[in-house]
Amino acid sequence: MFETLILILDATLRVSTPLILAALAGLFSERAGIVDIGLEGKMLGGAFAAAAAAAVFGSAWIGLGFAILASVGLALIHGFACITHRGDHIVSGVAINTIVAGLTITLGLDWFGMGGQTPALSGDARFLTITFPFADALADVPVIGLIYSELLSGHNILVYLAFALVPATYWMVYKTRFGLRLRAVGENPHAVDTAGISVAFVRYRAVIICGVLCGVAGAYLSTAHNAGFLKDMSAGKGYMALAALIFGKWRPVPVMFACLLFGFLDAVAVRMQGVVVPGIGEIPVQAIEVLPYVLTVLLLAGFIGKAVGPKAVGRPYVKERA
Amino acid sequence: MSQAKVPVWVNVALIPLLNIMLAFAVSGLVILAIGENPIEAAGYLIYGAFGYEEGIGYTLYYATNLIFTGLAVSIAFKAGLFNIGGEGQAYIGGLGVALVCLWLDSSMPFIIIMPLAVIASALFGAAWAYIPAYLQARRGSHIVITTIMFNFIASSLMVYLLVNWLKEEGRMAANSRTFAENAWMPYMHEILAPLGINISDSPLNGAFILALICCAFIWGLIWHTRWGYQLRTLGTNATAAQYAGIDNAKVTIWVMLISGGLAGFVGVNEIMGVNHNLLLNFTAGYGFAGIAVSLMGRNHPIGIILAATLFGALYQGGAELAFEIPTITPEIVVVIQGLVILFSGALEHMFKDRIEGFFIRRAA
Repeated sequence: MFETLILILDATLRVSTPLILAALAGLFSERAGIVDIGLEGKMLGGAFAAAAAAAVFGSAWIGLGFAILASVGLALIHGFACITHRGDHIVSGVAINTIVAGLTITLGLDWFGMGGQTPALSGDARFLTITFPFADALADVPVIGLIYSELLSGHNILVYLAFALVPATYWMVYKTRFGLRLRAVGENPHAVDTAGISVAFVRYRAVIICGVLCGVAGAYLSTAHNAGFLKDMSAGKGYMALAALIFGKWRPVPVMFACLLFGFLDAVAVRMQGVVVPGIGEIPVQAIEVLPYVLTVLLLAGFIGKAVGPKAVGRPYVKERA
Repeated sequence: MSQAKVPVWVNVALIPLLNIMLAFAVSGLVILAIGENPIEAAGYLIYGAFGYEEGIGYTLYYATNLIFTGLAVSIAFKAGLFNIGGEGQAYIGGLGVALVCLWLDSSMPFIIIMPLAVIASALFGAAWAYIPAYLQARRGSHIVITTIMFNFIASSLMVYLLVNWLKEEGRMAANSRTFAENAWMPYMHEILAPLGINISDSPLNGAFILALICCAFIWGLIWHTRWGYQLRTLGTNATAAQYAGIDNAKVTIWVMLISGGLAGFVGVNEIMGVNHNLLLNFTAGYGFAGIAVSLMGRNHPIGIILAATLFGALYQGGAELAFEIPTITPEIVVVIQGLVILFSGALEHMFKDRIEGFFIRRAA
């Protein structure tokens, strides 16, 4: 029983990682007032770029670099549309998701001729797991040994990076000057403008950070969690990250817990397949899978707390002229 | 800025044309990048879509789905609501159609099944849109997010129903049983044959007529009724609408019910018209394509028919293209769709403001 729990939690960490990265990405963007439906597309684009570059250059790190480049490129298109041209944030996000969904397959087929997939990655082309010191030696120690060797040790570097980024994001958003401006731009851009700070520049930087994080999330999917790019491999994770962002009320630590909760449900759903629960019977996997979305809807409706986003989110900023 | 000085044709023809030319140009670059000739590709595409009768039939069959989802997105747009949940609503609409067909196909004639299935598709689609609408109108949750969530909920629900309840015994794939033929929507070539018009066989079916009726109905509803005026007022300025005594919440809910019902009609075309059984993922992105169609079509039924035909042609021509040039996948159509959404939606102001400015200066 205890071992099963540890294994589920271990899977939870792995599944939550891309959600955390993407949700933090969304946090930077939305805190600056830019709605980001395009997390999914940027993640998918990053996953494709990472796998393609890793396959060509044989290095997961180069893959990561290309993932970030691709994702930031998409983020800049979003920024160009939403910030410079005051376009509709949602429409722009939908456009990016659609373009990437088509482009990854079109380019993938041309480059690798494998029906839109990339070649299977191995060795240096993947982010491999890091084993903590003494993990094997301690594995037999009751309770602690299992926690240390299974749960904490044995993940790849991007998993640890994702969790390290949570306090880093907290510090950046709440304790730095940039963070203050970021939040102010999302709440009251006029005030920021009055203070002589460029709203557009702050927002562009937020969008770029968002791109970087989505790129990492994508690289994780294709070069760490899986060994190569598969068609539509983000499979709604971007939207789930968006749900987690709302569920965590746009704050880093609650967002992380929301991602962990959603990841946990995912891990449980896999485990529950065909398992008969005494007294209840077989719980349909779909019922568990659908919980994150249902919970988010309930939260948004104010049935379990209330989700209030940044005030100026989704509104283009127009500098007033005298 | 956009007072009456800008000629009408600029807004209804020039700008949409310019947007789509740009989308095509960038798609052409993509085709160039993968080492193929865009002009040659365009040739195959046009031939595949319009070059022969069967191709035209396919084009219009795809267009039927896009008219439904395009109208669904655009009526919501008119009221200032972004219905991103067309995909889920169409999916659930298909469930409604399938339930009626599965239930009645052994005991009732077509003439009774058909209207019931059409009504069921609309009711199911509308019901799926009702919850996000209600939550937006009465509880202040954002309709974009809730409709996205409802797409996923619909998808899970359908997997559950198909795998556990509706799957045909002894079959591996999660499909329902095939309906008896009296629950099939007749094909267009069958409808036209008794009238002495002979066309090639294609999946184009009676749902196309339903789509055209919907266009006329929506046109009348939006521009020629009191309620349509309220809807447009809500979309233009919600605060003003409130002051004018319009019940914004009520209008919001009704608009979304109609929008969901329209999306639900995709089920009539796909399930009753072509597949004749309920299957997974039959909506295949039509809900999202509807966004591109409504943006292209300037939220007007005539524009939507034209845009849907254009996109239908891309779907059909894209399949032909993929057959002729195997390095190009049909997904190139998805890229074009995305670019259309980008240029005519998100980057709207980039061109519109400049072009309008040009004409205003010239008029002055």
